[in-house]
Amino acid sequence: MEEIKQYTPKDFKSDQYVRWCPGCGDYAILNSLQKVMADMGVAPQDIAVISGIGCSSRLPYYINSYGFHTIHGRAAAVATGVKIANPKLTVWQISGDGDGLAIGGNHFIHSVRRNIDINVLLFNNQIYGLTKGQFSPTTKKGMVTKSSPYGTIERPFRPAELTFGARGTFFARLLDVDLKNAQETISAAARHKGTSIVECLVNCVIFNNGAHGWIAEKETRPDRIIFLEHGKPMIYGVNRDKGLMLDGFELKAVTIGENGVTEKDLLVHDAHCEDITLQYKLAMMEGPEMPIAMGVIRDVQTETYDQAMDNQIAEVREKSKIKCFDDLVGSLEQWEI
Amino acid sequence: MEKIKVKELDQVVVRFAGDSGDGMQLTGSIFSNISAIIGNEISTFPDYPAEIRAPQGTVGGVSGFQVHIGSGKVYTPGDDADVLVAMNPAALKVNAKHVKKGGVIIFDQDSFEKNDLVKAGFVSDDPFAEMSVSETISLVPAQLTTLTQKSLEGFPLDNKAILRSKNMFALGLICWLFNRPMEQAVHFLGNKFRKKPSVLEANVKVLTDGFNYGYNLHLSVPTYTIEKSDDVPHGKYTSISGNTATAYGFIAAAEKAGLELFLGSYPITPATDIMHELALRRDLGAKVVQCEDEIAGVTTTIGAAFAGCLAVTNTSGPGLALKSEGINLAVMAELPIVIVDVMRSGPSTGMPTKTEQTDLLQALYGRNGESPLVVMAPGTPDDCFHYAYMASKIALEYMTPVILLTDAFLGNGTSLWKLPKLAEMPEIKPNYVQPGMEGCKVTFRNEETKVRYWAIPGTPGFEHRNGGLEKDYEKGSISTDGENHQKMVDTRAQKVENVAAVIPELTVFGAEDADLLVIGWGGTRGHLMSAVSEMNEKGKKVALAHFNYINPLPKNTAEVISKYKKVVVCELNNGQFATFLRSKVPGVNFLQHNKVQGQPFTMAELVEHFELILK
Repeated sequence: MEEIKQYTPKDFKSDQYVRWCPGCGDYAILNSLQKVMADMGVAPQDIAVISGIGCSSRLPYYINSYGFHTIHGRAAAVATGVKIANPKLTVWQISGDGDGLAIGGNHFIHSVRRNIDINVLLFNNQIYGLTKGQFSPTTKKGMVTKSSPYGTIERPFRPAELTFGARGTFFARLLDVDLKNAQETISAAARHKGTSIVECLVNCVIFNNGAHGWIAEKETRPDRIIFLEHGKPMIYGVNRDKGLMLDGFELKAVTIGENGVTEKDLLVHDAHCEDITLQYKLAMMEGPEMPIAMGVIRDVQTETYDQAMDNQIAEVREKSKIKCFDDLVGSLEQWEI
Repeated sequence: MEKIKVKELDQVVVRFAGDSGDGMQLTGSIFSNISAIIGNEISTFPDYPAEIRAPQGTVGGVSGFQVHIGSGKVYTPGDDADVLVAMNPAALKVNAKHVKKGGVIIFDQDSFEKNDLVKAGFVSDDPFAEMSVSETISLVPAQLTTLTQKSLEGFPLDNKAILRSKNMFALGLICWLFNRPMEQAVHFLGNKFRKKPSVLEANVKVLTDGFNYGYNLHLSVPTYTIEKSDDVPHGKYTSISGNTATAYGFIAAAEKAGLELFLGSYPITPATDIMHELALRRDLGAKVVQCEDEIAGVTTTIGAAFAGCLAVTNTSGPGLALKSEGINLAVMAELPIVIVDVMRSGPSTGMPTKTEQTDLLQALYGRNGESPLVVMAPGTPDDCFHYAYMASKIALEYMTPVILLTDAFLGNGTSLWKLPKLAEMPEIKPNYVQPGMEGCKVTFRNEETKVRYWAIPGTPGFEHRNGGLEKDYEKGSISTDGENHQKMVDTRAQKVENVAAVIPELTVFGAEDADLLVIGWGGTRGHLMSAVSEMNEKGKKVALAHFNYINPLPKNTAEVISKYKKVVVCELNNGQFATFLRSKVPGVNFLQHNKVQGQPFTMAELVEHFELILK
């Protein structure tokens, strides 16, 4: 039997010098991704990393695998073509909030709808970095940027909502500085068959420093996020004494031991539930009243597009008498002259 | 018994016209197929409105199908019709001026009531006089509606279904007029309605009654015979549309190259039939993706090429504009893709179902930066097979995008196609990386041809990063160095120029030592050849140089063109190829003949123009 090669993150580092700004959140994601790749054990030649345009889209240059730095907004479409052409490849798509949700918004929703088996790392820093600081579709309303000197008047997208609206099968969220959870979340995305959307909350130190400041501090973070794990009760907090309950149709943050609340009263996370209602509520939680949901929020299985394509080809092939071009020509209405 | 007059002709043009729901396309294509089977040359041209069902009986809803059949070589669907079948006054109104003197107009008398005439915009009771239809034209009224209803008496069909069969009565009548065997028509209907036996039975009944109606009444029109064609080389044939032929070219090329075929596509008139044909071919492993937009059409295609497919996208003018940034990525990443542009009338949405050659400069230059690629254009519907195959071969062997310019006339029109065998097609050898080249950079290329080596994901030892940023010639990494950029621009241009080494030289058709060289390209070949032949028959010294390879041009282009005193470039645009030729072949006075009416040339206008130049 062939020995399974053990990989280390180093096997996935290319010879290119990484050129993001010092302190950029993208470094952390790159490192986490390389660790996940090593753990997965897929050989570099069987990985394709496809990106669009933007700071984060430089990432393929830094991974030792097949990579393609394409054009603005089109990463999802190019990745779709790659995966359909060769379903054996593990395909990663790297996009930012501008690349993926503005210029590439159409490809984003349609790749999610088709459930093509690609892993999407959506770097959300709520700003255009490479063009030097314009607001993006995820920038908070009212924010002053170079292109909104009086504050934006636009309502932002929430990537989870878009993903669910496009009937997504996987949605997760991670924070650049939360390394352990980030790696676990990217691993789960890699294991999922279908389009995995991972919203990576990353900090742009230059143009939008502190965008995710509410949850950035290590000390206060446990009180402000909840790391969701399938099958486990929804507990969080520095002292692990906080939790989530249902109150009518709404989620409610509670403290164990107060008002007679015990651990048994807390909701248990079901990422595999087809019904999206509760996952949606979790994904939409905002501080300070509620913790921000992190980790895998939704992870359901259904046939992937690439699989469906191969299955249909196999089915039609079996029934058809046409096996090659000459058979096709032979099957045409024809006559001798 | 009265003797039936029989006219022997070497060629005849028939035009079927009716409402877009009247089944004129089916009627016309069955008639042309029968004619091909009994050994005639054929060329067809459907002329249909963009509206699926325009208001019934109005001029906007008229759908036409023209068939040219002949015992000799037939190059075009013909200018004017010998026989027009008009299912209603609107069809007459649109087509009456295209009937030859001495021709025949068969019309559905039941559909020429006052009401119908008004809908078509006639103001009097005599539409023929209103259209100044020549007295030399025989008018053949037939109560197609009533006769069809009678024919189907007792059939379990509602009136709507019965009326839908009246095109078959007309077809039967035409089959009688042209001495076409009924068995073949029945056979084609059998294939068409295989799954609807009751519809088939009704159609066959009406068809037969239509034929017998003509035969028994001895309508006072001559019938026609057209002898078998002797010009066609012996072999097996079918009749094929340009769009289907294009699709088959890709299937053949993928199999020959040993690659899977991928099509990324978005529906657009008149290109969509290519997607329809390939979508059927799951049995041959064709991976067809109907995308969310034109941009995804080309970018999924680029992804598939990156991952090792023969990757193709099809579109028409507006879609080509949307794809231009994507095509440029394929230029920069040096990936093999084929883009088919089935040209239609523009600008913007223009006239979507009408033909034009107005995308040439867009194909050649419509991208940012210095962005040369290969441009090719087939000349006839069956030619689309060969050029789709060659476009694939060149893309794969030269690692470049290739734009294949067909048009609505070629895509929807049909011609005879001699069935090929894959073994007879030329080899396709993509420029793959070879063992021993491990570690080679994305920009490594054959220094002679300048073609980049292709490493397909999944191949160990060749991992690389491609992209739209300029790359260092040696290292393959991102580079903004000015001299390097110049070198890369020149290299990509040289690579495309090098394709000239493998394309056939330009040949000239027609008179030796001609006084006038006619130049054309792409889908106008039939019309130009016919016009030049006619001039030659009249003793005029005219020759034709027709281009299928536009960029690069055949090596001998300048040498051929500069031999002639007078040169006229004929195209269905305002002079785009003439502009291109002026930049490539300096010192020649290129005259122009241009037409932008959404319709092909007519032979008559070409001949008239050439005679004018020769004066």
